[in-house]
Amino acid sequence: MEPLFAAFDLVFRWEIIAVILGSCVFGIFAGAMPGISATVAVALLVPITFFMEPVAALAAIATAVAMAIFAGDLPGALLRIPGMPASAAYAEEAHEMTMKGQGGTILMVSLLCSVLGGLVGTLALAFSAPLLADFALEFQYYEYFWLACLGLSTAALVAAKNPVKGMISLSIGLLLATVGLDMISGQPRFTFGTLGLMEGIHFIPVMIGIFAIAEVLRTLIHPPRADARNARVQKIDFREAYRIIWRYKANLARGSLFGTLIGALPGAGSDIAAWVSYGYARKRSKTPEKFGTGHPEGIVAASASNNAATSSTWVPSLVFGIPGDSVTAIVIGVLFLKGLEPGPNVFIENAPLVYSIFVSFFIANLVLIPVGYVAIRAASQLLKVSNNILMPIILIFTLVGAYSINNSMMGVGVALAAGIGSFFMQENDFPVAPLILGMVIGTLLEQNFMQAMIAQQGDLTAFFSRPIAASLGVVTILIWVTPLVGAVRRWRNRQRAGAADGNQNV
Amino acid sequence: MISKTEFRSGLAAALIASAALLAGPAAAQEWPERPITLIMPWGAGGGTDTVARTLAAAMEGPLGQPVNVVNRTGGSGIIGHTAMATAAPDGYTIGTINVDLSQLVCQGLTDLTASKFTHIALINTEPAAVSVSAESEFTSLEDALQAIRDNPPGTYTASGSGTGSIYHLAWAGLLVAADIDPGRVIWVPSQGGGPSLQDAASGSIDFVTPPLSTAAPLIKAGRIRPLATMGAERFSGLPDVPTVNEAVGLDWTSQTWRMIGAPAGLSDDVRDKLTNAVRTAFDSAVFTEFMDGRGFAKTWMGPEEARAFHESEDTAICEVMEAAGML
Repeated sequence: MEPLFAAFDLVFRWEIIAVILGSCVFGIFAGAMPGISATVAVALLVPITFFMEPVAALAAIATAVAMAIFAGDLPGALLRIPGMPASAAYAEEAHEMTMKGQGGTILMVSLLCSVLGGLVGTLALAFSAPLLADFALEFQYYEYFWLACLGLSTAALVAAKNPVKGMISLSIGLLLATVGLDMISGQPRFTFGTLGLMEGIHFIPVMIGIFAIAEVLRTLIHPPRADARNARVQKIDFREAYRIIWRYKANLARGSLFGTLIGALPGAGSDIAAWVSYGYARKRSKTPEKFGTGHPEGIVAASASNNAATSSTWVPSLVFGIPGDSVTAIVIGVLFLKGLEPGPNVFIENAPLVYSIFVSFFIANLVLIPVGYVAIRAASQLLKVSNNILMPIILIFTLVGAYSINNSMMGVGVALAAGIGSFFMQENDFPVAPLILGMVIGTLLEQNFMQAMIAQQGDLTAFFSRPIAASLGVVTILIWVTPLVGAVRRWRNRQRAGAADGNQNV
Repeated sequence: MISKTEFRSGLAAALIASAALLAGPAAAQEWPERPITLIMPWGAGGGTDTVARTLAAAMEGPLGQPVNVVNRTGGSGIIGHTAMATAAPDGYTIGTINVDLSQLVCQGLTDLTASKFTHIALINTEPAAVSVSAESEFTSLEDALQAIRDNPPGTYTASGSGTGSIYHLAWAGLLVAADIDPGRVIWVPSQGGGPSLQDAASGSIDFVTPPLSTAAPLIKAGRIRPLATMGAERFSGLPDVPTVNEAVGLDWTSQTWRMIGAPAGLSDDVRDKLTNAVRTAFDSAVFTEFMDGRGFAKTWMGPEEARAFHESEDTAICEVMEAAGML
């Protein structure tokens, strides 16, 4: 208990609170801009943190990330342009709600779920970090492979309206993920002799393209629907927001749990957590047919999940010095810089400092509520701006964002190409979110499969030889097979019914 | 009416005059009169990036101008290195040069050899090391090498980074030096030092080769056991870990290195000023504290020494890759 009180002393000072508020505002901008990922936001913060004391530096990073992950929902819901890959899973759904005039309410739901998810993640970090870290170390290639497969199977669930087109979109994403130097052999793949493609296609410019640029094109070619007028005013109905969260509290709990577990795995993270939670929410839903029509159930699960994951990604970094994602890779640098050497003893040796990180996570999540509320109110005004002004601004900002990924025109080219491709895909009713999923998971899937096969010299049974791998594998295969069995049964029932009808007719 | 020739000569005179006006203060003023760009071929937040950013911040004092770090990633570092090498050698574009470049040269993926740069200084070397899981049967490098010799090929796996990376090279070179065919151990590529350590700790990989500075947290957590460092000297953070030479008597060292360089053809005057600025930053408390904190070794080589070292690495790395059958 003593370190906890010491931590309160370290955190509850006006400088720290000011830093947290400042990072909150910074996080909103970073998260809401499709070109700025959480990684870039943290990288921008790092030079400033050099001049801060350790608690302030770590609080700044933790706050900015938590805020950015929520803020990615803002343009996702209002403009159908997710600001973060972690928001891509449910941007379409949230935007449908905006079209019904419930944008403010759903953003409030998403804000509160983000806060609750973030708090669960923080509690897990504070009380079971060593346990979670041990769990993460249990994961070998085989478990990661199945996790990636599980992630992929959510694409079909998310693109429920048209699973076949969803799978095609997913496959395009997987194909794009294979571009660049093959990690195993070091050979260039699909680079057509260009240096620019050797590092592969970065998924941030692709995301900018398929959502933002495609949206600009759509608005240009199809002036907004008449019913879009309803979307101009987005009231925040608090009662309704609480009602939604209460009704789907099971999803909130599941989302937080998934987020915490997936976030603790190095290599996975909030993006995959959001997808898996959204997909699982649909799987367990009593009304799966409502998904995709502006139904809050999946949003509750996924927005809790991605924020829970941002806290638990710190687990492997703090305990073993292994970064959970690109943000915590930067965080490890800052930890060292501030004399906080990661390791299991960090909780004993540097207890006040470590607990002050947890306390600042807590405060950051609580500060999210008022700051996020103001952000929702402010962002909703965007819908009142005429498209003739809004769309060019979006185009400029997104192209600058695409450029800044590598400081090269390559990113701009990728974004434009992806935008045009995505426009035609959407015109033909192809969902584009699975494409992003394919790009996020493709590398994880291929790499772990190849590593496993190299290490086991091609022995496929390895994927079932360990308890966690075997259970994950069985779950995945069941998810894939169940719809098939259902389809066969329905088909046979129809056949039988048809035969019975035939008999009666005779 | 002004004739065409008169107009032209007038225009020329005006151009010369304005050029002189523009050039005047430039010639009078000392380099650097505007901010300097440091091209960083790797992503923000990685090891080289944080080293470069800390150094760049500390260089502002002595130079009196900001040093802006610009990440030009892509093509395994070729894009950033090429952008730096082909920039004007005016002292306003500098950048980092990494060991990875020598390997890319050996693989024929780029022609950026040491001769394409002006070397300013070498600031860091990081020796590779051999580590195993704490639950491994091996407690010494000697036992490990003997087991590799005695068991059939494919019994053991090793990792550290991608195929053909410096850590792969370090491992293959060690086996070659010990008279073992590198093909006897399966190399499983990974995304980098950190992930490979996790693979070792979880028991999927037998041997890993990232530097001890990266492995230190896991070693202290009792998850990873270090066998030997491939440096010429022991690692100060873990003084009990022997060098390869001490452990098995083989004269094998392998390290990553980081330099600051500029395009070829930089004037000696500007180069010396840059070297002085880097040296001041290198000695500064901020940089020293940062490097010590990360467990990164501070190593200094001046321009001439750095160039000679880079040239020797260009040939030495190719030889090891050849011997290990990686080319």
